[in-house]
Amino acid sequence: MTNRELIIALGYLVASVLFILGIKLLGKPSTARRGNLYSAVGMLIAVGVTLMHQNILSWTEIFATILVGSAIGLIAAKRVEMTQMPEMVALFNGFGGAASMFVATSEQWHVAIEQGGSPELITAITTVISIIIGAITLTGSLIAYGKLSGKVSGKAIVFSGQHLLNLVLALAMVGAAVWSIQAPANVVPLLLMLGIALLLGVLTVIPIGGADMPVVVSLLNSYSGIAACATGFVLNNQVLIIAGALVGASGLILTQIMCKAMNRSLVNVLLGGFGQTGGSGSGAGSSDMVVKEVHPEEAAMLFDGASSVIIVPGYGMAVAQAQHVVRELMELLEKRGIDVKFAIHPVAGRMPGHMNVLLAEANVPYDKLVEMEQINDEFANTDVVLVIGANDVVNPAALKDPNSPIYGMPILNAYQAKTVIVCKRSMNPGYAGIENELFGYPNTLMMFGDAKKTITEVVNELKENA
Amino acid sequence: MDTQTLITLLYVLILATFVGFELITKVPPTLHTPLMSGSNAISGITIVGAILATGPEPGNFAISKILGIAALLFATINVVGGYAVTDRMLQMFKKKKK
Repeated sequence: MTNRELIIALGYLVASVLFILGIKLLGKPSTARRGNLYSAVGMLIAVGVTLMHQNILSWTEIFATILVGSAIGLIAAKRVEMTQMPEMVALFNGFGGAASMFVATSEQWHVAIEQGGSPELITAITTVISIIIGAITLTGSLIAYGKLSGKVSGKAIVFSGQHLLNLVLALAMVGAAVWSIQAPANVVPLLLMLGIALLLGVLTVIPIGGADMPVVVSLLNSYSGIAACATGFVLNNQVLIIAGALVGASGLILTQIMCKAMNRSLVNVLLGGFGQTGGSGSGAGSSDMVVKEVHPEEAAMLFDGASSVIIVPGYGMAVAQAQHVVRELMELLEKRGIDVKFAIHPVAGRMPGHMNVLLAEANVPYDKLVEMEQINDEFANTDVVLVIGANDVVNPAALKDPNSPIYGMPILNAYQAKTVIVCKRSMNPGYAGIENELFGYPNTLMMFGDAKKTITEVVNELKENA
Repeated sequence: MDTQTLITLLYVLILATFVGFELITKVPPTLHTPLMSGSNAISGITIVGAILATGPEPGNFAISKILGIAALLFATINVVGGYAVTDRMLQMFKKKKK
C-alpha cells in the first residue's frame, strides 16, 4: 500500500466513524444539529480523499458537476416550505437511487464494454443488484414525490391483473439480470434489466394511497441505503457499505414503526389499494349519524372554561398551513393558566415525524409534543381535545368495531375527553374511506371550515375576552 | 474480488447494520423526519463512486464517463441538499424557554 492509498483508506475510516457518531447524536434534539454537522464533515472527508485517488484526473468535469449539483441542492433546500418536506425527502431519495444506478452501470460499461474485460462473478452480481435497486428507488421515489406534491393523483391506482403483471415483470427482470451477468459486454440485457427495473419502480408505488406514504417513503429511504451498500460491494469500498448499512437499517426501522402504528403488515401496504374496496364494510351509513356543530365563538368559550387542553394535529393541519395560528392558540391558552399539550400519532401526516417538524417551525417547544403511548391515559382527564385535520387516528371504531377496516390500529383516545372539538372541512370520510364514529358521539362538536380560518377566529375571540 | 475480500466486506456490512439498528431505535419520534432526511444525505455516499467513475481520461467523454457525471450530479444534489435541509429543520427544534 502506498502512502497515498493509506491516507485514502484512513480518510474513509474517519468518515465512517463520523457517520456513526452523527447518527448517535441525532438521538437527542439538543445534540441533533451537531450530529448532522459531524455527518456532513464525514462526507466532506470522504469526498476529499477520493479526489486524491491516482485515477482522478478529470478535474474540470468533476468540479463543474459538483458546483452545479451543490447549487441546485442548496437552492432546493433553502426554498422548500416545511409543509413540503415529505416530497423533498422523497425527491432527494430518488436522486440517491439514481446515483447508485448510474455508478454501477458506468462501472459495468467501463470494464466490460469499453475495456473488453470480464468482471468477476461476485462483482457482476453486485453490479446488477446495485443497478436494479437504484433504478427502483429512482422511479419509485419520483412517483412518491408526485403523489405527495399533488402532481400525480394521491389516490391508489389499482387495476385487475396488477400483481400478476408486476410478478411477470419481476421475473423478466431477474432473467435479464442473469443474462447480463453471463454476458456483461452485451448491452441488450443490461438495458432490458434497467428498463424493467425503472418500470417496476413506477408500478409498485402507484397502487399505494396518500396516507400510506409514510411507509413508502421510509421503505424507499431504506432502498437507497441498500443501493449504496451494493455499490460498495461493486467498488470494494467499505465506507459505502457502512454508510449504506446505516441508512438501510434506519429506513427499515422507520418502516416497521409506521406499519405497526397502522396495524398493517408491510405486504398489505405494498399490495396497495387500501380502503378502496372494503370501504363500505362498516355498518353505519352517512345518513343516520347526527353531528353537532360548534361555531368559533362557542369554541372559544369552551376553551376559556377548560383547565386542560390536548391538541391532536393531522395532515389537515399541514394542508391548511394552520401550524402558526395553532401555536398562537397554545400561547393564549397558556396565558390563562390552561395546560396545553399536543398528542402526536406516529402516522399523522405524510412522513414519520411530519407534525413535529411543522410545529417546530411554528416555534412550539418540542417538549410539548407527546407520543401516543405516553398521552393516551390523559385524555379521560382532559377538558377539551381539539382535533385538527386528523381523522382515522382518532376513530374509536379501531378499538370497538371488529368489522371496521381499521380495526386493531392503535388510536389516540381523544373520544374519552369531556369535550372533543373536531376541525374539519366537511363530513367527507378520511383516507380509509370509513365513517368516523367519533363525529357522532354526544361529547363531540364539529367546527366546519378551513382549519386556519376557524382557529384564527377562535384566537381573535380569545384575545377580545382576555 | 476474491472470496476473502467478499467475506471481509460481509463482516463490515453485518456489523454496520447492527450498529445502525442499535443507534436508530434510540432516536425519538420527534426527530424522525430529520433522521430520514439526514440518513438520506448519508446514502449520497455513492458520490465517492461517482467521482471514481468520472475521474479517468480527462476530455474523453466515453459513455462510462457520461454515466459517471450523471451519477455525480445526482449524488451531489442528494448530499448537499440533504444536509442543508436537515440542518434547516434541526435549527427549528427548540426547548421550552424557561
